[in-house]
Amino acid sequence: MTDLSRRFFLTRSAVLGCSLAASPLLTPVTFAAAPWDTRLIVIILRGAMDGLDAVQPYGDPHYKGLRSSLAGGPLNGALDLDGFFSLHPALGPLLPMWQAGELGFAHAVSTPYRDKRSHFDGQDVLEAGTDTLQGGVRDGWLNRMLQEVPGVAADTAYAIGLGEMPVLKGKAAVANWAPDSSLALSPQAERLLAMISESDPAMHAALAEAALLSAADAPMMAGDMARDMQAVRKGNEHQKIAEFAAKRLRQDARVASFSLNGWDTHRAQQRGITAALGDLAETLVHLKQELTGPVWNKTAVVAMTEFGRTARENGTKGTDHGTGGLVVMAGGAIRGGKIYGDWPGLESSDLYEGRDLMPTRDVRAYAAWIMQAVTGLDISTLERVVFPGLDMGSNPGIVL
Amino acid sequence: MGAPLAILNVVMGGEFTVRAFESELAEIRFGCGLSPVIAPATSVETMLAGITAPDTMAARFEIEPFDSFRARMVESDRLRRIQRDKRGKPEAKVARKDRNLLKKAARIDMVRWLGLSMLRRTYTETGFFERLVYFWGDHFSATGKAGLIRRATSPYIEDGIRPFVGGRYADLLISAVTHPVMLQYLDQDRSMGPDSARALKRGKAAGLNENLAREVMELHTLGVDGPYTQDDVRELAELFTGLSFQPKQGRKFRKDYVEPGAETVMGKTYADAYSMKPVRAVLEDLAVHPATARHLSWKLAVHFVSDTPDPALIDHVSARYLETDGDLMQVYAALLEHPAAWTQERANIKRPVDFVGSSMRALAVDPAAVIQLDERETRNLLLTPMVLMGQTWQKFSGPDGWPEEDEAWLSPQGLSGRVRWAMSGPQVLRPDLPDPREFVETALGSRASDEVTFAATAAESKSEAIGLVLMSPAFQRC
Repeated sequence: MTDLSRRFFLTRSAVLGCSLAASPLLTPVTFAAAPWDTRLIVIILRGAMDGLDAVQPYGDPHYKGLRSSLAGGPLNGALDLDGFFSLHPALGPLLPMWQAGELGFAHAVSTPYRDKRSHFDGQDVLEAGTDTLQGGVRDGWLNRMLQEVPGVAADTAYAIGLGEMPVLKGKAAVANWAPDSSLALSPQAERLLAMISESDPAMHAALAEAALLSAADAPMMAGDMARDMQAVRKGNEHQKIAEFAAKRLRQDARVASFSLNGWDTHRAQQRGITAALGDLAETLVHLKQELTGPVWNKTAVVAMTEFGRTARENGTKGTDHGTGGLVVMAGGAIRGGKIYGDWPGLESSDLYEGRDLMPTRDVRAYAAWIMQAVTGLDISTLERVVFPGLDMGSNPGIVL
Repeated sequence: MGAPLAILNVVMGGEFTVRAFESELAEIRFGCGLSPVIAPATSVETMLAGITAPDTMAARFEIEPFDSFRARMVESDRLRRIQRDKRGKPEAKVARKDRNLLKKAARIDMVRWLGLSMLRRTYTETGFFERLVYFWGDHFSATGKAGLIRRATSPYIEDGIRPFVGGRYADLLISAVTHPVMLQYLDQDRSMGPDSARALKRGKAAGLNENLAREVMELHTLGVDGPYTQDDVRELAELFTGLSFQPKQGRKFRKDYVEPGAETVMGKTYADAYSMKPVRAVLEDLAVHPATARHLSWKLAVHFVSDTPDPALIDHVSARYLETDGDLMQVYAALLEHPAAWTQERANIKRPVDFVGSSMRALAVDPAAVIQLDERETRNLLLTPMVLMGQTWQKFSGPDGWPEEDEAWLSPQGLSGRVRWAMSGPQVLRPDLPDPREFVETALGSRASDEVTFAATAAESKSEAIGLVLMSPAFQRC
């Protein structure tokens, strides 16, 4: 982490040894004020979401022939959006947001990654925000955005959850935390831990951050292992994450990022995608609930996935790795009720390599225009630094 | 102070002349950690011999092999049929109850096998072997997706991986890739050729699933940068058709699923045989491909030595791999005899499973203390803490297994999970905690620093002192 948290840790540790109550650092840590007002939440949908099943092009004459067990459209229980696209029933809880203009989609998008269709490379490209993996870029685009805007502090952006969030990795200070992660240490143990880990800078910095974020979190005293662990197992992970994100975004945080998994539906997709879309819907509903009042109106959520899936259903009632996919956008700051993008069509000759939805726009363009509206960054910085090599094209006007 | 240090000078084909075996490092880097009751390895030769020695840990801490686990699935299927055929009748009710008991027993066993796996790490005299079993189990990450087989990952590793760790890579590959748990995990068991007898009978909804074929090339053999294309994936998927399983007999080859016609994978054509023959043949070929040699050598070096291993180490291991057509014992020997494997700098951070296992080993936890835990206690003591450390037991996010990069494990939240367990887990596992001053020596050997020794005496309680030793960089890094 940064010098900032290291300093906090050392200072705080030193203070803790003598006077607990007197330390101003024990109250939720005093970071700098937020640099801007709009909240940006980036969700990475790991495993390649089938955009054609989430938002179904039932009006396309070739759609029906491609899908049998996965037949969608209003006649099969999906919710009509605009006479051409319908919403998977598992996203039903989001219909009020669509109607309120707080939910939108961009169809037929992709990163520049092509052909090998590896989840892991696909996610790396998506989060690096680059054209390829060859350039040796090690940081994520959301972090590079933070490096370019003034006034970013250690608690401006949160990577949330127990897994890694490469999209937020990089030089800019970012808080990494997960619900249920609070350290429960006596002051003496915390001081000694700081001391013994000092010889290992990477460990020391991460522990410093843990101490810092624990202090800002609900206080938890050293406890009974069994009781603590049972509490950890209660509740849904994605809801806890949404709650945690909202709590921080109501305060000084302006950026949050986390993952939702479970999209790799090679078989019996109906069951798998219903669960995954259900989690996504719950997460968005929860965010809206928790980002009460004016905060939701200043929130833009964007959910993206490494690539789409085959247009044609495979032999096991599922879909294999494809190319063109879908972006989900939500929040009071989003101009929703609309499906963005040029629809390429589903005729065999219109498909990418005869198998996948043809991408018609770079998924990074949507992220870039949203960031442009949220932070005011200029276009050339976005095209050169945040997404090197991207042509943002015309402004789709997603953010109100 | 001072563990036995042996420096051997051996001429290795003129390439280099020094190798630096050190028994403390052997246990920490290649084994399951230092133990107060088990003597460390004394040479590379003993480390290697341990791989093919009688499997005493499997005998002492028994984990059910998949071949026996299948009986549970057969019984569950039988009960499900009764539920269906006798719907509404009392028999169906009884069957449902019995089936729930089966599910519960499997769930409990899954957690119990976690405890036993950790006890194997605690008491093994062949630590390198246990680490290799984990390494290959992770390389071939697989878990059942629905029903009882979801609990069968330990059984899969027990008979699908563990017995093959000291043989040819081709045999390990064939065993893992054709194992029922893998076939279900990567959707192979239902994949059928679009023109297979079965698909023609069933109509248009039947066909291929290319999941396993892609991951075999991307993850299990050539690596993502390997010289294969989407066409190779498709052809391999067609070649794999027929691979399936049935609970009653285990692996089962289904001729009626086979896509008729020869398939060409990586430029070589495999004729139809309506049997395992072409499947074996293509896996034999993929196993000895130069890209596979390189990919696996890199992966071993990253796992055991450093995220950025010395290229000379990879070259050396890879060359031996190719010379011996993937004879794993030779491959391990090449790894262990290279000086770059014994650098004093300890680059890797232990994964949670290694951290918890080596902690239990340093504590010489009484097996009874683990075996007597019930399911909830084991979850509280081992499984959930490991979730918070970032590694949910046998529930990886994808077929690529757990990350190797240290960064992935050095997150504030993950380390917080380690701290919490280190401070409160040991006293549950071993109520008579050792004297912290002695524990510094036991756990860290010659690597105990003044700071850690001081912390062990300055802590307010014994449990905090033990926790601090376990959290020290000297213990966390290998």
